[in-house]
Amino acid sequence: MRERLVALAALLAALALPWIAEAAGSPASIGLATRMAIYALAAASLNLALGFGGMVSFGHAAFYGIGGYAVGILYAHWSWQEPLLGLIPGSVSLAATLLAAMAAGGVAAAAIGALSLRTGGVSFIMITLAFAQMVFFLFVSLKAYGGDDGLSIRRRGELPGLDLRDPAQLYWLCLGLLLAWLLLLRRVTRARFGQVLSAARQNERRVVALGISPYPYRLVAFILSGMGTALAGALMANATRFVSTDMLHWTKSGELMVMVILGGAGTLMGPVLGAVALVGLEYGLAGLTEHWQFILGPLLVLVVIFARGGLMAALRRLRLA
Amino acid sequence: MALFLEQVLNGLQLGVTLFLLAAGLTLVFGIMGIINLAHGSLYMTGAFAAAWVAAETGSALLALPAGLAAAGLAGMAMEALVLRRLYGRDHLDQVLATFGLILFFNQGMVLLFGRQPLLVEIPPALRGTVELLPGLPYPVYRLAIILVGLAVALGLYVLIRHTRTGMLVRAGATHREMVRALGVDVRLLYTLVFGLGALLAGLAGLMAGPLFSVQIGMGEQILILTFVVTVIGGVGSVRGALAGALLVGLADTLARAYLPALLRGWMQGPDADALAAGLAAMSVYALMAVILLWRPRGLFPAHA
Repeated sequence: MRERLVALAALLAALALPWIAEAAGSPASIGLATRMAIYALAAASLNLALGFGGMVSFGHAAFYGIGGYAVGILYAHWSWQEPLLGLIPGSVSLAATLLAAMAAGGVAAAAIGALSLRTGGVSFIMITLAFAQMVFFLFVSLKAYGGDDGLSIRRRGELPGLDLRDPAQLYWLCLGLLLAWLLLLRRVTRARFGQVLSAARQNERRVVALGISPYPYRLVAFILSGMGTALAGALMANATRFVSTDMLHWTKSGELMVMVILGGAGTLMGPVLGAVALVGLEYGLAGLTEHWQFILGPLLVLVVIFARGGLMAALRRLRLA
Repeated sequence: MALFLEQVLNGLQLGVTLFLLAAGLTLVFGIMGIINLAHGSLYMTGAFAAAWVAAETGSALLALPAGLAAAGLAGMAMEALVLRRLYGRDHLDQVLATFGLILFFNQGMVLLFGRQPLLVEIPPALRGTVELLPGLPYPVYRLAIILVGLAVALGLYVLIRHTRTGMLVRAGATHREMVRALGVDVRLLYTLVFGLGALLAGLAGLMAGPLFSVQIGMGEQILILTFVVTVIGGVGSVRGALAGALLVGLADTLARAYLPALLRGWMQGPDADALAAGLAAMSVYALMAVILLWRPRGLFPAHA
């Protein structure tokens, strides 16, 4: 009961945030909250593979960047007035670009997952990293789409009734998509599908002995995870109106992983907490000192050593105490 | 032909640098079960300490022990303060903690030395070129790196195959629990192995100083390649690390040298160069993906 009240209060606060920010005289914090929501979406998606499925992917920056580039490339072809590969017309429609980003992320995740899932353990970590690096260098070398310099998007996605130039509306869009995605993840992880996925993580042998092959379950989870991460990338491209190979850099995979672990892997809300905490910490510390990483680094180490299971576990312990 | 041989030597030079890093990384993983993302930070520490001492004193002879000592001390502190608490913990925890260490080390170097890359000169005794074959001059310094790397490989081989400590290291890599059960002081062994890995990383860093610029983030650039090497060779296997390092060094160097010319055959100059640079950078990862799909545990799996 208390848990639900806390969740409801948090949800209401999140919804009312733009008004609170205006009233408090800091409209810039809407942008910060938008970043938090987008990263939360990416981290929650990674968590489906990493936390629930036990697939430690060190390559989710690939899907994040592919989502961003889907928006960027469709915009570029729209502004050049020439279809992509002579077939696909460019677009700035929000619905079309977001769906295209998710489709692209899903296809990439299907290809990478189908190959990578043949290995396991440390090899899986490294092979996903290898594929992500290939995508990174591919986009670095594609001069048509800006290469190293990235790609500016001069128009945010368009949807009738929505004006994304208004930071508050962009924020609500990201928050709404985050909530929808969390609800989907909740259903997926509680369904038979999610049970098999978790069981295969805990004891693969038993699952196999029950006559279930874990491979297709893992692959589908990996694809879903890639699609959600790509959606987050597409939203970030809309928020910053810029995509670059930074989105594909391996440190981005590391950052997403840190969010998941910091919040609590394998829990629904953990990655959201982790994303909010990490983005907030970065912002807060960067305001204090230019050398904020010097503080954040040891802080992460302390969290690992003393707060096992991340922030979610720490919260639970507090409630018991 | 001379050009080809020169590129092969360059590939060897990159390969032995990678080997120095990969040997430590693979031993630490194989024996202690730790994924240490901050291994590249030790490489950076060695490079910075050596560059600073060389700039202050002008003596390469002092820079060498300074770089080694800095990397070794940083490594021992890292093991005693952080990693020791993470043995037997989930790989995820290790990734998070060592990611934090990377942030700490990078920003610490900024605080100590600033953001400007440090330039290091080649020691006077190792300047110039030597004619290896008629018509094939080669820089003495790069040749020295290759020789040092091969000497270290030989030394490691003797240490691991023919000494008592090496026997424990091998046993630790394949039957960790059994070694512990037989009453071996595992903590001492762990500290030794980690210290050795840190020294080798520092050695790689200080030797790389005059070739690449010494800057923040240099550790992560090479760390990723080192991971590729480790996985290709088989995690925990020093022999595999050597094979993987030479393979990756040669593939990377040769692809960079020959792809632009190949692509220019059917593309415009600048476009071909950009695409070739991308493909060359991808080649190493493609090689790793192919090897892992063919042999999921690497070329020389340690836990056979």
